[in-house]
Amino acid sequence: MSKIILQVEGLRTYFFTRRGVVKAVDGVSFYVHEGETFGIVGESGCGKTVTGLSILRLLPEPAGKIVGGKIILDGTDLLELSKNEMREYRGSMISMILQDPMTSLNPVYTIGDQIAESVRLHQGVRDEMVKEKVISALRLLQIPSPETILGEYPFQMSGGMRQRVVGAISMSCYPRLLIADEPTTALDATIQAQYLALFKEVQRETNVAIIFITHDFGVVASICHRVGVMYAGKIVETATTRELFNNPKHPYTTALINSVPRLDQKDDRLYSIEGQPPSLIDLPPGCRFSPRCSLAREYCHEQEPPEVEISDGHTVSCWRRD
Amino acid sequence: MAEILLEGRDLKKYYPVTKGLLQRTVGWVRAVDGVSFTIEQGKTLGLVGESGAGKTTTAKAILLLEQLTSGSILFEGKEVYQFSRSQLKTEYRPRVQSVQQNPWSSMDPRMRVRDIIAEPLVVNTKQSKKQIRSRVLELLDQVGLGPADVDHYPHEFSGGQRQRIAVARALALNPSLVVLDEPVSALDVSIRAQIMNLLKDLQAQYNLSYLVIAHNLATVRYMSHSVAIMYLGQIVEYGEAEELFERPLHPYTRALISASVLTLPSDDEQEIQQIILSGEMPSPLNPPPGCRFHSRCPHVMDKCSRVVPELIVMGKQWVKCHLYG
Repeated sequence: MSKIILQVEGLRTYFFTRRGVVKAVDGVSFYVHEGETFGIVGESGCGKTVTGLSILRLLPEPAGKIVGGKIILDGTDLLELSKNEMREYRGSMISMILQDPMTSLNPVYTIGDQIAESVRLHQGVRDEMVKEKVISALRLLQIPSPETILGEYPFQMSGGMRQRVVGAISMSCYPRLLIADEPTTALDATIQAQYLALFKEVQRETNVAIIFITHDFGVVASICHRVGVMYAGKIVETATTRELFNNPKHPYTTALINSVPRLDQKDDRLYSIEGQPPSLIDLPPGCRFSPRCSLAREYCHEQEPPEVEISDGHTVSCWRRD
Repeated sequence: MAEILLEGRDLKKYYPVTKGLLQRTVGWVRAVDGVSFTIEQGKTLGLVGESGAGKTTTAKAILLLEQLTSGSILFEGKEVYQFSRSQLKTEYRPRVQSVQQNPWSSMDPRMRVRDIIAEPLVVNTKQSKKQIRSRVLELLDQVGLGPADVDHYPHEFSGGQRQRIAVARALALNPSLVVLDEPVSALDVSIRAQIMNLLKDLQAQYNLSYLVIAHNLATVRYMSHSVAIMYLGQIVEYGEAEELFERPLHPYTRALISASVLTLPSDDEQEIQQIILSGEMPSPLNPPPGCRFHSRCPHVMDKCSRVVPELIVMGKQWVKCHLYG
């Protein structure tokens, strides 16, 4: 097995608002190997995006604060770096792809300028060398005729091509870790399949570690090696993708998988989880899923379950895991 | 066989592209280009396709929110375009309702739930306030909300609850057909199942017909009795949901299914071969000659770029592709 490039331990990120403390991420631990894709899957508001932003230390200040935990990237705890040191890491060591390419690209700069920006900032190269690096980034993402694309603006491209440009920007400095936050949600089905296949290739070529944030189990199945399922600020289950689909242990995981209609089988009725996720300001005592859980017993509502490793690499936080 | 409620015949909608000071028409965007389908009583027709395929334009045409360039819509056998204004108001519009994709923008944020659901009743019927109030409560109950919710504003509800309110509003006038344009794609995974189940229950209870528009194939399979696959303004394959998903004929349908089927990471030796299409959907301003899909088709042949494929009927399914010619 290749080495662990990122280790997150007990990460807690809170937002201090007038209405109270929002515990967006509340004790999250996971690791990612080099060349591996780790999926974080969950519904909106479960804290998956905040986890990504915490790793980059790009939380909206002053409300958002990392109040505990460690984020160790290749031996360095990112939380102990100064602001300037952290700036050096962003873009060169860690980069991010956001959901909507129309808002993450600047509409008034050409594609070439936008990729060149990060190359100049982080690689200390000039002029002709910059152009060369920009073109090689465009090639890496298999963007056709890169020389002409350089002078184009985002509005001249289709959604899929724009998202490739965003990918080229984030890969232009060959980062060790890429955080992809719902990068295919805005894309059409056949374009999404193209993009995911492309990313597998980029990963094989560069050995980059990817954290893939999504709500879509189909995407998880096709690109992630391992997955963490998040619910109300916690990872409730972690396993390899295969193990998670074949042998889910947490009732939330099972319910989520069963509530998604499958194309390869005819369902007469979908399983549906009653109720809604809890408010992160006012979390229920005990297990956070207990108010919606069909297996919950009295003690589930009282005590929070610990994270237990039930087999190699398969961890679950549930009292009723058997 | 159920009775046909609504039939679309050779629907076309072209938008002019204008240029210059005089706004001369220099071309046409063929958003919908010869689409025909039928919706049976109590059944669901699913319309699938990627963005720009013309799904929403088709839906808008049925809701009479877009004037068609040509083609006809038959409602219970009668030509809708020949209805008088008063006929439309009493015989068509109240019976064809819609639920939109985004429950955050489909409701007036300054109206209370009671007024949102009552609005179609106030506009279209002469019921007393008391009758309307009791009808609103009845509708709320049907979609799984309670009498305590009537005095709240939309922002006080979650996405799933808002979509329930939108469904209640669509049902207020006892419609025969509800157009559901991406009814669950804005919702969270665990909430989607709740709404899809609710819609199915209501269909069974009131013998409703649905036109479901979605880009997610699995959603369509779960909801629909028959399915039409759209590409670049045309239906390329049409059939009963079961058959079509078991035995897709058109290469585009196969690629769509391949892109949506859950494929688990397998051992390297037996990696499942996914069909990955190259390129993107061409512009409807200038569709490719011959078969519109030929620029991306993995089975492209010589004549595909020259000859427009005829409709080929295979059992209850039909397809437009030279592979079967």
